[in-house]
Amino acid sequence: MSKFKVPAGQKVSHLGAEVLLKGALIVNAFGVFLPLIFMINSSFRKSSDLFTTPLQIASSFDLTNYKLVFTEGNFVSYFWNSFIVTFSATAIVIVCGSSAAYALARYKFRFNGAIYIFFLAGLLIPAKLALVPLFIQMKNMGLLDSRIGLILVYAAGAMPAAVFIFTGFIRALPVDLDNAARIDGAKEHQVFIKVMLPLIIPVTGIVGIYSAIPMWNDFLLPLVFIRDPSKMTIMQGISIFFGEYGSNWGAIFAGLTMAALPLIILYVILSSKFIKGLTAGATKG
Amino acid sequence: MLFITPALVLTFIFTLVPAMTLLSYSLFGWKSFKRMEFVGLANFERLTQFPFRQDFTLAFANNVKVFLVLFFVQTAVGLLLAYAIYRLKRGQKFFQAIVFLPVILSLVIVAFIWKLILDPLFGPISTVAQQMDWPWLNQPWLGQPGLALFTLIFIGFWRWVGFPAIVFLAGMNSINEDFLEAARIDGASEGQIFRKIIFPLMAPSFTIIAILTFIGAFEWFELPYVIGGVTGQPGGSTTTMALLFYRLAFGTVDSATVDVGISSAIGVILFLFVGIGAALGSYYLRKREIEQ
Repeated sequence: MSKFKVPAGQKVSHLGAEVLLKGALIVNAFGVFLPLIFMINSSFRKSSDLFTTPLQIASSFDLTNYKLVFTEGNFVSYFWNSFIVTFSATAIVIVCGSSAAYALARYKFRFNGAIYIFFLAGLLIPAKLALVPLFIQMKNMGLLDSRIGLILVYAAGAMPAAVFIFTGFIRALPVDLDNAARIDGAKEHQVFIKVMLPLIIPVTGIVGIYSAIPMWNDFLLPLVFIRDPSKMTIMQGISIFFGEYGSNWGAIFAGLTMAALPLIILYVILSSKFIKGLTAGATKG
Repeated sequence: MLFITPALVLTFIFTLVPAMTLLSYSLFGWKSFKRMEFVGLANFERLTQFPFRQDFTLAFANNVKVFLVLFFVQTAVGLLLAYAIYRLKRGQKFFQAIVFLPVILSLVIVAFIWKLILDPLFGPISTVAQQMDWPWLNQPWLGQPGLALFTLIFIGFWRWVGFPAIVFLAGMNSINEDFLEAARIDGASEGQIFRKIIFPLMAPSFTIIAILTFIGAFEWFELPYVIGGVTGQPGGSTTTMALLFYRLAFGTVDSATVDVGISSAIGVILFLFVGIGAALGSYYLRKREIEQ
């Protein structure tokens, strides 16, 4: 057994490495949590207290700041708009993306390759850079200052990636399943709805997260396309709120906490799904 | 065909059409958002002259700094975190979730939180620095031209480092255990295993992170916008290509003069630069990858 004995010197460096690695994780955890805890803690305190003793722990769950955010900050409407836009655009991405992927993966038709390249181009184009033409185009289409406009742009932006993720997944499913249904007399749309849809549910979650999170978090498109306060999204709203209540830190922190909380709660419940969804495309492939 | 049409039409109208018109827009003169006469490459030529030349060079240099610093710091720390999680016997899922948490937060929220934390008058950092009498900590982190860009990069790093960490971790987990076992039996130390086996086999993960960071760095917008404003305060030191492009297209708070021609020309240049850069980079890096 002496063959496997670790030389003494190596043991020491091994211990050092172990401490370094564990230490890195602990330092990282503090680095991640401290700013967030500071934000949440400050949201329960008065601004004047925040300026003198920023690091003191809130003495009570004082909800004054939150009341201000809800009554004067339009936050209910911001949340509602963000929710409607994100939900609708993600639904469009999932429905259209999965059906397009089904066609691409299962049928051989003349333009198959061309369509694949088309979506690839859509995937690679940095959409932010075409903001000016898009703005003028939306203006001409009457889609400025409209939630529908935002929904369509978001759906289009997330579509290529969704098509790729779905296509890869469907290609890996055995064709015999569809054929069995066809032999039983199912029509094409029935094959898709009855056979395919139940099978692609797991990957639908990934596509949903991959699409929805950036939409919910986006700031640039509403900034350019939405001017009407009643149609603004939450990330845009928070910057408006910041502008209006800039010196009322307690209220600002309450607003930031409100804006961040829905995703953080979802993340606590579904963290591995989130991680898988958001790194889809960057891992494996 | 019916299955495919909606996805095709949507992507075409809202992604490809604007991208193609961008090129044509850069070749015309503009009066506000009204297209005037065909001017050929005049917009591109104007970019090489005052005042656009100065703005452009400064913004471009800043983007290069953002990319280089962010990439090296992110890769080094991401690798350390990934390897630390990889070596854990228990709690892998738990630490993954912590490391990745900031990635899900909106950049706007992240930017505002840090803007307040680093506030020179009322922020907790400056208060602590004063109470402890630590002048090194009591800096105008966001208010000093030479410093602000690096503070912004740090904030970007705080928000994003979990992403490379998780991608690297996935790369490590995909390495065949047999290689590592064989090396251990041959008496290799864990350090040697990391350097000689794990690190080289993770090349595909490095490629992806390099490309994504490159694209992200040259489209850097939200963070500098929220913190330094559209003109890149203090003193234009945090300006980026995307900010320049935005303020030329949509104006600033105190000036509504827009120049769609120049803005489109910048868009086209960025487009080509990012596209060609990403393609060349991935080709070069791919060649150096080793098959497992």
